[in-house]
Amino acid sequence: MSLVLTPEQEMLRHTAREFIRAQAPISHFRALRDKCDSIDLSKGSSGKYSDSMDPLCSDGFSRELWHALADLGLVGLLFPEEVGGMGLGFAELGLVLEELGVTLAVTPFMSTVLLSGGALMLGGTAEQQQALLPEVCTGEKILALAFQEGPRFAPYHCATTAQTSGTGFVLQGEKVFVLDGHCCDQLVVVARTSGQASARDGLTLFLVDANAPGITRTRTRLVDSRNAARIRLEQVSVDSTAVVGELGRGADLLDQVLDRATIALSSEMLGSAQEVFERTIAYLKERKQYGVPIGSFQALKHRAAQLYGELELARSAVLDALRGVDEARAEVPKLASIVKAQLSDVYLHIANESIQMHGGIGVTDELDIGFFLKRAKVCEQTFGDAAWHRRRYATLEGY
Amino acid sequence: MTRAPETFRAEVREWLEQNCPPAMRTRIISDAEEVWGGRRATFPHPDAKVWLERMGAKGWTAPTWPKVYGGGGLTREEARILQEEMNRLGCRRPLASLGIWMFGPVLLESGTEAQKLEFLPPMVRGETRWCQGFSEPGAGSDLAGLQMRAVRYGDDYILDGQKVWTSHANLADWMFCLVRTDPSAPKHEGISAILVDMASPGVSVRPIQLISGASPFCEAFLENVRVPAANIVGPLNGGWNIARSVLQHERGMIAQMRADAPQQNVGKIETTALRYFGLTEGPLPDASLRDRITRLRMDEHSFTLTLKRSQEAARAGKPPGNETSLFKLYGMELKKRRCELMVDVMGLEGLGWEDPSFSVESLDATRQWLRSRANSIEGGTSEIQLNIIAKRVLGLPD
Repeated sequence: MSLVLTPEQEMLRHTAREFIRAQAPISHFRALRDKCDSIDLSKGSSGKYSDSMDPLCSDGFSRELWHALADLGLVGLLFPEEVGGMGLGFAELGLVLEELGVTLAVTPFMSTVLLSGGALMLGGTAEQQQALLPEVCTGEKILALAFQEGPRFAPYHCATTAQTSGTGFVLQGEKVFVLDGHCCDQLVVVARTSGQASARDGLTLFLVDANAPGITRTRTRLVDSRNAARIRLEQVSVDSTAVVGELGRGADLLDQVLDRATIALSSEMLGSAQEVFERTIAYLKERKQYGVPIGSFQALKHRAAQLYGELELARSAVLDALRGVDEARAEVPKLASIVKAQLSDVYLHIANESIQMHGGIGVTDELDIGFFLKRAKVCEQTFGDAAWHRRRYATLEGY
Repeated sequence: MTRAPETFRAEVREWLEQNCPPAMRTRIISDAEEVWGGRRATFPHPDAKVWLERMGAKGWTAPTWPKVYGGGGLTREEARILQEEMNRLGCRRPLASLGIWMFGPVLLESGTEAQKLEFLPPMVRGETRWCQGFSEPGAGSDLAGLQMRAVRYGDDYILDGQKVWTSHANLADWMFCLVRTDPSAPKHEGISAILVDMASPGVSVRPIQLISGASPFCEAFLENVRVPAANIVGPLNGGWNIARSVLQHERGMIAQMRADAPQQNVGKIETTALRYFGLTEGPLPDASLRDRITRLRMDEHSFTLTLKRSQEAARAGKPPGNETSLFKLYGMELKKRRCELMVDVMGLEGLGWEDPSFSVESLDATRQWLRSRANSIEGGTSEIQLNIIAKRVLGLPD
């Protein structure tokens, strides 16, 4: 598959770009941050936020924007037409995510489409898919995937258990950093049906109503103003139809889901990194000191040129990885680790250099650059940092 | 005059079957197998001489050059067909020639009819070998600062000065030389290009030893060397543009050589590392070395894809970006990293010198590590590439 965009892809990118820049510019992110970041996260006894809270803040994202994206078909871009999707691929999805990255727009793409949506698409039954995906495509339903149990990425480490109970299961445990976990309608929970706490074997994915008895959700706040929750499962009952994929073989499905989500996240990171880079170059040309634009100083020129090179190389890897998914290449896990490692490093490098090159204003809250640095850091830690992925790559390659 | 491609392909195929000696149907693996031609030509095999003579007579060593200058007179598409048929049969190239790659194209663009008729046919037949007299001890990155003087004297110019980094000057018959013909003009406007017969009195050559040992580089000293004024290429004092044209062709040539060259050492680093640690499988116990190997392989992966993306964009008709600087910069830095990492993987075993108790592989790795230090310097330093990217791609001001 060519790394050059087809005319259809160019058109999709153009549509997404025009829409997102008009309807979800970075000022929307700043407004959301201003309004919602200081909200008291402790709750009343009902376990819910006060009804008078702005839904933008109780959700942590704009439902309006999500519905508008759904109307354009972009939410359902990956899903088959039978469930209301567009039946397109990751090459196309990457273009949309990149544009969302440019304006730091907050959406439940990762949680709903890539993670849970991905699990249902790759491992769910036709009934499970039909029950949920059409309403995902319309923007109605939000889904979340609960797999993480500690601060460092360790996808097979799972102490949450699923004990058989009659024909069903009872789930017990705690998950952390569940993206959009606080406002989702349905959860896909990774629980252990057999094996030791860190074993790869014995994991099973379960579809659980997010409001089921025994589930407590606590919103957490991260530095990038996005939404994650701690979810406690206290004797949560599910029946046998809740199993997504194969009993005890959940790691195979989880690996696939995470690899694709990682590649998708890398596309978003690429868009953000590119935006920071362009803003920085613009600043170098415009800012004058000592009577000349600071972009004329060779030290800064060289650093900028280095960043350009890093970004171009990372872009090529992302473009190829997206196509690797669409082509069902066996090397997708390797590609996922390459792009995550590279984008983690490049996005952070560019964000840090950008602040430095902006001088004093670079560390002010007034400038948008700081938002990108914060997002870069959270992205770095999401789905495994650069070092984790380099170790994984080496293991996959046999050394 | 035009024939159908399929007819041409059939003719080419038949001619190659009949005229390419079997010994010439194998890949060139080492530098020693290259045929550079010239008056002092050596051939790795008698059939290499035969192969050159036959292809030279056809003009197929310079397939698209006009027949009147000894070339093949082929269209681009026919030349592509020729290359495909040669690849199909495994025919190696009969001639490596700076003349054909760099100087001939410039003569075709800017030379006089007399110059083309005199110099191009021997290039095609591999009878003359060429070298490039550009850099001087005082003119490296700042090539326009070159000082070699050319003073008019009757129908000749008298040249005086020194060139450096002239590859194969000790074996070349002719030098494509940049000289200063007007010292009073601004530096870019006082330069001329001139063709120098290396057998002329006053020309002496000294090979340059590098930290990696012997190299093809030479110093060339010209002491009052008489060169016919008719050997000036292009306009008098118009040599800077000629030089730029040569360098552009050189860049294309280097890119092509990189594309043709077998991938050296790809995948070897991790298997070599396992071997030196005495393991048949991972993980390597040295986490830092393991990480360095991974970073290199990931960067090489992305670099290769970037080359691919650029080629695809070119084929799709999109205007080329200023990617050559990026490719030179990254290509060379990656090569240096790989060469150094290979030596590091071997420990002290990677630091032998002229000692047959060390393996050929490790001795070669040591020399490659040392030689690769020059990769970020020759043909335009990494610092110059960064300047070019900053200026031409990013538009940062002077």
